[in-house]
Parts: sequence; C-alpha cells; structure tokens
Amino acid sequence: MSIESILLHKKKLFLQTWLELLLSGYPPETVRLLKKETNQFANPVGHAFSSAMDQVCAEFLQDNDPQKMAPLLDRILRIRAIQEFSPSQSLAFIFSLKRVVRELLKDETAGGQVGGSELAEFESKVDELGLLAFDVYMRCREDLFEVRIKEIKNRTNRLLHRAQIIAEIPERKAEEE
Amino acid sequence: MAKVPKPNELVIDHRLPGTGWMDTPVVFRPGNFSYPGKAKNLQAVGLPNPREWSPTDEDWKLPPNWKQIILEGLRERLDKYRSLRLFMDICVRCGACADKCHFYLGSGDPKNMPVLRAELLRSVYRKDFTLAGKIMGKMAGARKLTEDVIKEWFMYFFQCTECRRCSLFCPYGIDTAEITIIGRELLNLIGCNIDWVVGPVANCYNNGNHLGIQPHAFKDMIEFFVDEIEAVNGIRVEPTFNRKGAEILFVTPSGDVFADPGTYTLMGYLMLFHEIGLDYTWSTYASEGGNFGLFTSHEMMKRLNAKMYAEAKRLGVKYIIGGECGHMWRVINQYMDTMNGPADFLEVPVSPITGTRFDNAQSTKMIHIVEFTADLIKNGKLKLDPSRNDNLIMTYHDSCNTSRGMGFLEEPRYVLKNVVNNFYEMPPNTIREQTFCCGSGSGLNNDEFMEMRMRGGLPRANAVQYVHDKHGVNAMSCICAIDRAVLTASMNYWVPDVTIYGIHELVGNALVMEGEQERTTDLRGEPLPGMEDAENEDI
Repeated sequence: MSIESILLHKKKLFLQTWLELLLSGYPPETVRLLKKETNQFANPVGHAFSSAMDQVCAEFLQDNDPQKMAPLLDRILRIRAIQEFSPSQSLAFIFSLKRVVRELLKDETAGGQVGGSELAEFESKVDELGLLAFDVYMRCREDLFEVRIKEIKNRTNRLLHRAQIIAEIPERKAEEE
Repeated sequence: MAKVPKPNELVIDHRLPGTGWMDTPVVFRPGNFSYPGKAKNLQAVGLPNPREWSPTDEDWKLPPNWKQIILEGLRERLDKYRSLRLFMDICVRCGACADKCHFYLGSGDPKNMPVLRAELLRSVYRKDFTLAGKIMGKMAGARKLTEDVIKEWFMYFFQCTECRRCSLFCPYGIDTAEITIIGRELLNLIGCNIDWVVGPVANCYNNGNHLGIQPHAFKDMIEFFVDEIEAVNGIRVEPTFNRKGAEILFVTPSGDVFADPGTYTLMGYLMLFHEIGLDYTWSTYASEGGNFGLFTSHEMMKRLNAKMYAEAKRLGVKYIIGGECGHMWRVINQYMDTMNGPADFLEVPVSPITGTRFDNAQSTKMIHIVEFTADLIKNGKLKLDPSRNDNLIMTYHDSCNTSRGMGFLEEPRYVLKNVVNNFYEMPPNTIREQTFCCGSGSGLNNDEFMEMRMRGGLPRANAVQYVHDKHGVNAMSCICAIDRAVLTASMNYWVPDVTIYGIHELVGNALVMEGEQERTTDLRGEPLPGMEDAENEDI
C-alpha cells in the first residue's frame, strides 16, 4: 500500500491535523472563530482554508497535477500573502506536512509497511508542492503591487492628460486613413 | 460568551506566557500604516503640532504636555458627548461585535475586534476617570496613558473604517465608529494624523476639493466629459458653472471628476440632467461632496460642510442635489443639521420634473441623486433601454454610509433593476444593513496601505466571489465614490473578472436621449451588446 493510499484512508485525520498546523499561527481567539463558525460569509478565512485544504489534500494524494493544484493553493495563499506573516511563515504549513505524515504513519513505518525510500520519495513530493506554493505566493504578492500601481495610474492619468503633461498618439479614425 | 474548550484545545503550554494585549507594543512596518500628515497640510488648516515625523521613528515628537492635552481632551469630550460616556461605561464585553469587523475577519488580529479596539481608549478612560480604575488599576481593566498607547491608538484607529457594522450587532447599540472618531480627534490634538486625510482636508479648505483642482481645471475636466458624451451619442450637453439663480446646485465627490471609473458616473449625471432639462449648476468652489473633516474632528467636519451651504446661499439656489457618495451623506444625514443647519435659506427639495416633495430632507435641503432618479423612473419620466447593459451580470454593494447610515436600501436597487436586466444579490448577511465595508473607507484609501486594505476588503470580496461562481456575476455597482475607486483595486486582487460601476454610469448607458444618434458603445467606449461588429467596421 502506498503512502498516498494509507493517507487517503486516514484522510479526515490527516486533513484535520494539517489544518490545525496552518491555524496554529493565529492568536487563540481567532483560531476559535476560524474553526467554529460554519457560515462561509461570517467566517470567510476559516471557510476558505478548510474547503481549499480539503481539495489540496485530495489532489495531492491522487493526481497531483500542478495545473490543478496551483488555483487550489491560490485560495489559501492569496489570503496568507496579505496577512501579517513573513513569506516563510506563510508557507511553513506546506513543509510541516512532512511532520504530519511521519506522525500519522508512525505505526506503518515501525511495522515495515512503509519503507525509508518510500518516505523519502513522498517527502520530495512535498518539496515540489512547496516550490509550487512559492510560485503561487509570489504571484499573489506581485498582484498586490500591480494593483497598487494600477490604482495610482487610474487616479492621475486623466489629470496629466488634461494638464497636457502627457500626450499620447490619438487613435486614428477610419475616414482619416 | 464563555465557551468550554474541547480536550484537544486544552494545550498545556510550558513556555512563559507572552505579554497581554495591554503590554504588547505595536510594530510599524511599511505596508501596515498610512503616511503621517505633512506639516504644511496641518499648518494650512491650523491643526496642532505640525512637524516631519514617521510612525517608524522611536520619537514621535509629541508636544511636551501631550498627556495633559489628551486627558483634558478626553474629559472635554466626555462632558460634551453623552454618547461617549455611555459607550465608555456600558460595554459588558459580551463579544457579539467581536467577529463582525471586516478588518478582524480579514486579518485575524484580535485588536481589530471592535470590543478590543474600543478597549484601547476605554482602558485609559478607566484609569483616569473612574474610581474603580483609579484604585484597582489593571484589575479593573485600566492602564496608564503612555507613548506606546498613543502608538497603538494610531495603529488601530487608522485601521477602522468607521463602517458601523459592529454597532448593528451590539445589544447596547454602542457605536464603535464614534469611538474611533473620538480616538482620531484626540490623536489630532497632538498632531498624529495621516496625510491621506489631512491632505484632502487642507486642499478642500483652500481650493474646494480634495485634490486641490483649481476652478479653471475643474471646469475644463467637466467640459472634456461633454466631448466624450458627444462622441458616444452625438448629444452635446451644456453644463453651467457658478450660475446664480439656478434652481439646483449639484455637488459630487471630486473623485467623480478625475478618477476612473467615477468619471463615467459623472457622464451619467450630465446626460440625465440634460435629458430632463434640469435647471442646475456646478460650482467650482464647492467642488467636493466628500468631507474628510469627518475623519479628523467634529470641528473640521463642520468647517468643510459649511462651504457647500455658503455656496448654495451665494448662488441663490433652492436646494442641493448631491452625487453618488457615501460619507458625504453620513455628514449630511447625521450631523449637518445640528452643525450648520437648519438650512433655512433654502427650500424643501421638490423635483421640478415630477413634483415629488422630499420631506426627508426638509431640514438639510439636500437630496441624494439616487432618490431623485428613482423618483423620475417611478413616475415614468425616463426612457430607458436596459438591454444596453446586457453584457453585465450585476450585483450591488451597499455602501456602509448610505445603507447602514441613512437607510438607502431600496432606491438604488429600484434604479438598478430598471437599467440592467441581469441582477443577483449577494448573500443576505453581506448586504443591506449587514453590508461588508469596502475595506478602505474613512480616509484609508491610500496606496501605501494596500496590503491592509486587502485584508479589510476580504469579506466583501468573498461574497462577490460567491455570486461570481454561482451566477457568473461580472459587474458590481455602488453609490459611493470611494467604493468605486477602492473596490476596483479589491476586485483586481480578489476577483479579477468583476468590474465596478456607479449606478449613474449604468443609467447613462441605458438612457435613450431625445435626438441621439444610434449608439454603438457604452460610456467606456466598449461596444454595446450586439454592436461588436459595428465597432469593428469603424476601424
């Protein structure tokens, strides 16, 4: 039995432990809200995390297609990217997956059902997920700065035109051609 | 409310406890604060302690007697505003407001819980103004006023958009926005303000609008839109400026004049007024509907509000119509009457087209354009073709100030449903009185604060994402100039497929004007639905 199938078997516990690790970076009052409130609009972050993590787990343990994985990670990282975390803190939960899995597979590794090479292979898969997450996280930060630039342009462009500080080549109409 | 933790939540932590909230100083870093007010702007309106400083500095260059100034300022306000003393005393910390703040939901920072934000001020109040606090100190939730407290106030009172969603859930009706308002007012006494507020205030006081656009440039900008409208439908509208004897003075936030997408909304106003033949004038002096005085102090709000009425008096108009704006209406609806009113020299607004008398504005003599337009439509005075907006699958964002602040819940929806065919509401706990703030109101719509704004905008964006996924919503409308600008940024980050519109832009698109040429584009120059080929032929 592969590590993936064992984890799929224990998916509920796997997901819960992993989510717990993601949430452990928040203050205790906030963790309570993130976990308890079930209305998705009263608890947008908690809802996004739990639903996206569920899908990330499923994708990771089955197809693990980067094309499909990126938008799932985006749902989590787009939020982490604008919260009070350093980049390493934002992505730490991905790498903590290794700890989660070692803990969950304690019996299987002791009993010899899961070998060292299998575990090493699984952990490189986690590293790849980490690299993909890094790309997604950076995209979010780039988006943030792009939004800022766009806003400044929107604010001043018309004024600069009117003040004749800038002048663009006007578009030519058909009859002028 | 007390909650019994489950076994797995009972973690025995062997580390030393961290400091409590009262003793944990705030850390300023680029991205989590707005730039401080520039000395020249403070000087321009006579605000105290003008100086060059930054929140990241150790020394904030406060006046030597800053503590005395704050405590006396607080005492004066406790005596002046009964509501403030009540709000300081009656909170039982039930926590009903705790998870209702968009900044808390988006950031997870407990100091953004409205109850805790208020506690920042309340703890100082207890120490110096209550017997229990004086004797028992920390045990009674009291703490000394220190420079760290001032820094914390600056951080968190400029991280609240005064949207009042929390007050809706408070069983006692405590209005945390008013606590923030007083907190900012106190900070202003020692020169701690942000430039995105004090800059517009200084400009508005001296030049009539937030950006400091001078009269000739203001007129020039509007005339530019006249050309744009003519290019769209061949009609040349003829706005007038500073015209004495006009029936109505029209005032809109200056954001409509210079910033996209508000500019398209302004084109909508021009077209509507032309079509119904309204006898109105613009003023190049009262060229700002917004009032950032509200985010500074009661006194400053009053000073800026007075300009609009002084201009109405000078021009001899009957009443004022205001454009699509949010906080402008909080000022008019909640404060104007006792600050500068009643405006006895004006008349109760009566629509010259329908004869409807707006008794709701009988003291302020100023009505919101959306109620004016809703009345026109209700009386069948406009010819509208909503199919021109058929490319849009629309939702509506209730702006905090117009919905929670003054109860405009039906009028904008009524106008919308007459100018668009595809409309979907966001979930009930995110609209109307329970609407989520855009995340950037109350003077926090500056670009250096973008990261924080995205936190504040998260709950609103989450609801938009939902209707986007469920109904294919690709457009959101609102009746607030700050919303139009900042929701554009918020959507660009969170739900990039959604574009922001002002309601009167949509009216301008749908409005069938007398003598117009066949229209092929909307006000943004994009082809109307079904006209994509006509556009191509042009090129």
